[in-house]
Amino acid sequence: MSKKLRVATTSLAGCFGCHMSFLDIDERLLALLDLVEFDRSPITDIKHCGPCDIGIVEGGVCNAENVHVLHEFRKNCKILIAIGACAINGGLPAQRNHLDLGSCLTEVYLTEPGLAHGHIPNDPELPLPLDKVHPLHEVVKIDYFIPGCPPSADAIWKFLTDLIAGKTPELGHDLIKYD
Amino acid sequence: MNETFQLDGASVPFEPGQTVMQAALAAGHYIPHLCYHPEFKPHGSCKLCTVKINGRTMASCTMPAEADLNVESDIEELNALRRSLVQMLFAEGNHFCPSCEKSGNCMLQALGYDLEVHATGFRHLYPDRPLDATHPDILLDFNRCILCELCVRASSEVDGKNVFALAGRGITKHLIVNAESGLLKDTSMALTDKAMQVCPVGVILPKRVGFSVPIGERRYDQRPISEQALDDAPRQPVRGDGCAACEE
Repeated sequence: MSKKLRVATTSLAGCFGCHMSFLDIDERLLALLDLVEFDRSPITDIKHCGPCDIGIVEGGVCNAENVHVLHEFRKNCKILIAIGACAINGGLPAQRNHLDLGSCLTEVYLTEPGLAHGHIPNDPELPLPLDKVHPLHEVVKIDYFIPGCPPSADAIWKFLTDLIAGKTPELGHDLIKYD
Repeated sequence: MNETFQLDGASVPFEPGQTVMQAALAAGHYIPHLCYHPEFKPHGSCKLCTVKINGRTMASCTMPAEADLNVESDIEELNALRRSLVQMLFAEGNHFCPSCEKSGNCMLQALGYDLEVHATGFRHLYPDRPLDATHPDILLDFNRCILCELCVRASSEVDGKNVFALAGRGITKHLIVNAESGLLKDTSMALTDKAMQVCPVGVILPKRVGFSVPIGERRYDQRPISEQALDDAPRQPVRGDGCAACEE
């Protein structure tokens, strides 16, 4: 391959578990680095995404900053992949979705026992939470989804190598997991 | 057993009174299904088992087998529709597989795997549904109910207890417990009930055994549901002789 594909990754309302599983491809990372180079990613610590071939986003959208980052990825990435349960259906953070956000914040910061002089965090540097946690596809167009909590290293490897080889990625029974 | 119909090009023998689904499974041909259970009258509600018969779409679990029918099932047109049905069921309830005790033993999840459903795609409803942990041995998590009515059928037809019912209509339809308090502790439900065994998803759960079999070693982690449904054959006789959907 004459030119390496440029790949960006980020975690929004996720736990970085999908990134850890990505690192679990172990020595295959070296083979991957023959094919791709990394743009914005925890691996490079680049803060903003430039033009990329593939963007991989972990986690759902739970606050205003998540929305900005996701739009940055969509704008710059030819192919955008949602990785993991949270990116796909909101996952664990979305389990607050049937509750009122104001009640959640009140209970967590004000009314729980032992919270004398508590207050709801309002530092301007903190991104505002959204009233609901959204899967990525509710905010921007997503081209591919890799399910799992997290997807196994083998699933990630299979998916990416299929994609890089120009094939429609397929997981099959052994690699497709929602848990 | 001399008469046959055609299913995806194969000849399927059937006995008089069998449905297309029953004859197909007995002959080793899998048709995806969720609300169908071999021990109960067909319900015809989930529509996962929809097939094309002589060009028309029908629920194979309620369609009586007839000689020379031309049935199509494993075709992309129908599998795409089945994928959408599974996706809509996921979007309509709160199905968080990573935190569900039923994960790996769940038919909805297993169908998702088998149909290669990678994501829901629809806007999730995130409904506000209660838990009922009042019973000493049994937990009810209504977040995962897909309204197949198998527990309703099992409780009334086998257990003779009538513990469950469906209430409401359309999008407000939901599973309820038949007790004045609405709580499971005020029913005669027991761990040994048939209604404990039939839930295809993670609504009716025995307490204190949640993860005794680890994630990754469960039924549908081992082999696809399409293979295991056939292992369950030969199918047992159907209770009653009519189809619930037709009688309503």
